[in-house]
Amino acid sequence: MQSRFILNRLVDLLFVLFGVSIVVFLMIRLIPGDAVAIMLGANTDITPERVAELRARLGLDQPFYMQYLDWIGGIFRGDFGTSVWTGRPVATEIAAHVWPTLELTLLSVLVGAGLSIPIGCFMAEARGRSSEVAVRIGAIAGLTIPSFWLGIVSIFLVSKLLPGVSALGYVPFTEDPLGNLQRMILPVIALSLPMLANLSRLVRSAMLDALGQDYIRTARAKGAGHRRLIYKHALRNALIPFITSVGVLTGYMLGGAIVVEQVFAIPGLGRLVLGAISERNYPLVQATILVMTFAFVFVNFLVDLLYAVIDPRVARK
Amino acid sequence: MIPFLKQNRLLSFAFGFVVLQVLLAGFAPLLAPYDPFNQVMAERMQGPSMLHWLGTDQLGRDVLARILFGYRTSLLTCGTAVLIALVLGGTLGMLAAYYKGWFDRIVMRLMDVLFAFPILLLAIGIIAILGPSTWSAAFAIAIVYTPIFARLLRGPALVICESEYAMGARAIGASDARIIFAHILPNLSSVLLVQTSLLLSAAILVEASLSFLGLGAQPPVPSLGLMLSEGRNFLMLSPWPAIFAGFAILFLSFGFNLLGDALRDTLDPRLRGQEA
Repeated sequence: MQSRFILNRLVDLLFVLFGVSIVVFLMIRLIPGDAVAIMLGANTDITPERVAELRARLGLDQPFYMQYLDWIGGIFRGDFGTSVWTGRPVATEIAAHVWPTLELTLLSVLVGAGLSIPIGCFMAEARGRSSEVAVRIGAIAGLTIPSFWLGIVSIFLVSKLLPGVSALGYVPFTEDPLGNLQRMILPVIALSLPMLANLSRLVRSAMLDALGQDYIRTARAKGAGHRRLIYKHALRNALIPFITSVGVLTGYMLGGAIVVEQVFAIPGLGRLVLGAISERNYPLVQATILVMTFAFVFVNFLVDLLYAVIDPRVARK
Repeated sequence: MIPFLKQNRLLSFAFGFVVLQVLLAGFAPLLAPYDPFNQVMAERMQGPSMLHWLGTDQLGRDVLARILFGYRTSLLTCGTAVLIALVLGGTLGMLAAYYKGWFDRIVMRLMDVLFAFPILLLAIGIIAILGPSTWSAAFAIAIVYTPIFARLLRGPALVICESEYAMGARAIGASDARIIFAHILPNLSSVLLVQTSLLLSAAILVEASLSFLGLGAQPPVPSLGLMLSEGRNFLMLSPWPAIFAGFAILFLSFGFNLLGDALRDTLDPRLRGQEA
């Protein structure tokens, strides 16, 4: 049964990856008007030869299905095409920008998901007290604070209160581990807050759900202590919806990272894709969106598998 | 809705908060103390004062006036976008649940593909195609939210399709359209109300993010996201426009989220009566 579940999920995964690649492939073909002319834009030395050359380089002079096969075949070989302006391989550009985004997203997921468990447990225990409404409103506020605004305000406060501390930019961890982490503090706070708020609420309601179950009463009747009851019996069962949400929220994190990178001048994939859009460098836009979306799809695939490991009932359905 | 308001203080607060902001946006031309486009260079980057309650921006425009009109831009863009997504996605989800079979499989597979993209990334990709503008942003948000509504409504619609009253309606010869619109749709109204409010809250943040990145509203349109990105460049000289614009986005998004949250508690029969 277990292997059949994995097989089914794999078929789903392949279908979604195929669909995503089609959507991203169609992007450049859906641009109203002539994409090549738009890409060359205000460039003064446009000659018909140059237009034809770029068109051939992008494969736009071939039939539709050939274009797709060429493009997807290249991607399987690690060839994402070349950047329209610099002529550098797109894969190189992406590789140069992937680490900051990866670090920012991973740290934010760790902080957001990690802190949400104790906070959610606390909220569940506080249920019914007058503080509950305050906690609940606080969680909604955390969810709806624009992360870029939080970033901007924190930069402003740091520059006023701690002059000389550099909050902007990025240094690779391998060059300056301390400087790297120091510059990551504010972006991670800004990016992880919505996830923290979202997951705390989820942990709270899942805990309340779990605490009402019969096995909790049984455990209590058998004399399990309060801590053991909360953290061993209730939390383990509350973790199931939690893990699914972490997967889904990773997508929000990737989107949020684009904005947070812009605020803190972090040279990651977000800045790469925004720069590429303003330069009308479509092959680079396509490749970045494809890479980020595939990463998101894989995370959710792994979460699905993990889900089946934690809760064997899922695989049996 | 009115009897609910009396019962639940949180709901009535959220409802009032949202209505207040919608009214502010609606009556912006009457309420704004200045023309939001009027630049007075001599009064640039002032802090809050009696003349300019929320100060002025880098071009000497009144921040309060721009925020009121910014509410308008934000609500119009997001309202249109969520409405399109609701009609399109909701219809697809209901039809998929009703007709099942191959139609259901094809529609939901397509929705799965759109759903696989991180929301903001797909919106950015769509705007890369259309070119940045307020309406591109609205269109992008509509597309991004369509699969969410389709998934949201398909599940409950499936349950209702199997219910005895839906089968009863079919047995006495009701047409497909009648079953869908007179029997299934009204039973989905509470899900719809709650989710539309919550998704509007999220859409306001997406729209602000897009404008902040320069992909939504273009200058000189008064837009909250744009005010933040412009204010950021002058942060050390005058933080007020960025700070107030951020609060405005927060209040707007917060209001709809709180409303959705309180509506869910009130309308969900399982939770009813627990809080009053």
